[in-house]
Amino acid sequence: MPAEPTPSGAHAMSTTGTGGPPKRLAQAALRNLPWEVGVAKPDPAIVVDGVVRTFGGLTAVSVDHLEIQRGGITGLIGPNGAGKTTLFNLLTGFDQPDGGTWSFDGRSLGKLSPHQVARLGVVRTFQLTKALSRLTVLQNMLLGAQGQKGESFLRALVPGIWRAQEKANTEKAMDLLRRFKLDAKKDDFAGTLSGGQRKLLEMARALMSDPKVVMLDEPMAGVNPALTQSLLGHVKDLREQGMTVVFVEHDMDVVRDISDWVVVMAAGKVIAEGPPESISQNKAVVDAYLGAHHDAPLTIEDEDRVLAEAEAAISREEHADDVRRPDRKHEKGTDR
Amino acid sequence: MAELLDALAVALKAGIGFQAVFFALLAIGLNIQFGYTGLLNFGQIAFAMLGGYGIAISVAQWGLPFWVGVLIGIAAAVVLALLLGIPTLRLRADYLAIATIAAAEGLRLTFRSVSATPITAGTRGLSGFSDPFVELAPWDTARRYSILGTRWSGADLWVTLVGWLLVALACLLVWLLVRSPWGRVVKSIREDEDAVRALGKNVYVYKMQALVLGGVLGALGGMIYAVGTASATPDQYQNANTFLAYAALILGGAARVLGPVIGAMLLYFIIQFADTGLRTLIGNGVIPENLLSATDVAQIRFVIIGLGLILLLIFRPQGIFGDRREVMLDAR
Repeated sequence: MPAEPTPSGAHAMSTTGTGGPPKRLAQAALRNLPWEVGVAKPDPAIVVDGVVRTFGGLTAVSVDHLEIQRGGITGLIGPNGAGKTTLFNLLTGFDQPDGGTWSFDGRSLGKLSPHQVARLGVVRTFQLTKALSRLTVLQNMLLGAQGQKGESFLRALVPGIWRAQEKANTEKAMDLLRRFKLDAKKDDFAGTLSGGQRKLLEMARALMSDPKVVMLDEPMAGVNPALTQSLLGHVKDLREQGMTVVFVEHDMDVVRDISDWVVVMAAGKVIAEGPPESISQNKAVVDAYLGAHHDAPLTIEDEDRVLAEAEAAISREEHADDVRRPDRKHEKGTDR
Repeated sequence: MAELLDALAVALKAGIGFQAVFFALLAIGLNIQFGYTGLLNFGQIAFAMLGGYGIAISVAQWGLPFWVGVLIGIAAAVVLALLLGIPTLRLRADYLAIATIAAAEGLRLTFRSVSATPITAGTRGLSGFSDPFVELAPWDTARRYSILGTRWSGADLWVTLVGWLLVALACLLVWLLVRSPWGRVVKSIREDEDAVRALGKNVYVYKMQALVLGGVLGALGGMIYAVGTASATPDQYQNANTFLAYAALILGGAARVLGPVIGAMLLYFIIQFADTGLRTLIGNGVIPENLLSATDVAQIRFVIIGLGLILLLIFRPQGIFGDRREVMLDAR
């Protein structure tokens, strides 16, 4: 990954259609918020309250309160197993929590199935890209369009009902494919695309549904640096079109470059939130990633203390051994 | 040589006879379920049995008009599809497979059981229900007709003709459906359900529609078979037929409109040609009696089918009509 992400001029895509410098309204709105967990946002699109999900004895997600600002890019980071993807699954109806409420635009999303959540305008992508291999790229795109008349069984039998809509959708799909530079591949099976192209296709397909919230699960994973830049441009584009973006990512350069707000999860809990620049200074975050006391140099006294503690522990153990098996020592002495 | 030509004629007749129609309709149903939607229905024959018995019981036992029997058969297939689909279609694909194979075997055993005898006449089966249908034929059904060197009874000809009309209508229906947005959704479900859910489609409803539609086509196949044989016995509906229908589907090419039809014709042609051909060769001493006796032929023909399928899967995994590129995508 490039250490110095190039500014927006490098990806021509990012400014198409806006005509001016990108407006980062969300960033401005979030500027004066305190950097604390569960802080109320000026205009939240998604509000999560007390959502808990356990798998047997493991608490995968336990989020007390979280608000996601509308029209902004919120980065969700955290070490492996922090519960980021589980939280995504819960928010989009792919998994049901043990308790808690969450809402989008004031509408509760609890007990909704995935397709109902998607119809409300919350659309997601997957960590393991789900390109529909044996459909062409264009068919993949057309699937994303909402409210298609021809998708009902009986109306499907009368092409006259849906043909006009299909044509409009195809034009829209081709526009999107051109933006994502996949238009040359429109008649290829999606299964023949490279990993990065599949990521692009999945994002473009999600946009076919005119979403209000786009949730991207590791959009840059396994993508080469050049394509990462192009994907970044597309994500920024979404914000400029007024969409709310939530994304999971491990690459901190990417997170710093595009996020307006960063939420850090560890062991199922939100441990920190704030603008990207606040995160690397946050002790809880550093501890979560690298373990506590990872960078405090040991003084000589500390070293002696640690040594003494270790020795004490060893001798205690030996002593415990003797106590537990007194006859063994005894045997040793008398045997032979 | 003349005997072999006769065997060819007999096989040709089988390839376009009502048995081929039966397999074609079963396979078209499976094509919708398995080929397009990715549902594993291993009990297609149960739908056929409900179709056949729907007519047989309604007409022979209850004295209802023939067409009411047709409607009852279709309704029974719809109910069976719903019963099988409601608990399993929210789960992984395997559960539908288990439920359907169990239902097919269970239904057959129930129909032939002693306690069901008052309704289904047990293993003896029902007959005498097809006359109202045969009487509709515009020609004399008692006469025998000769077409392309094959002999047909008037009744067979009528059943077969109506059967192929049904196949043509079913193909038209499938063709209309799979090129519509509906078809795009079910094909996407075959590829990845979760992706389709994430795009706001109610996957459950689409799977149910595919299961019901395929089941109804299976029921129509069962009706043609029952009318063609003029009887309905439970053991006609052995679940091996489901797998022969799958063989026809794979032979012709899954997820192709005409694949199951050509596959069924070819499959039945091969089965019949192997049978008659081998018997002829044994009869005139080309194959010595101690190597292969006439009684072994019934088994050997399925060995030949199996061998043929293995060769097909090695050299042409996409079937006759399939697209090799499409099949090979899975191997990546």
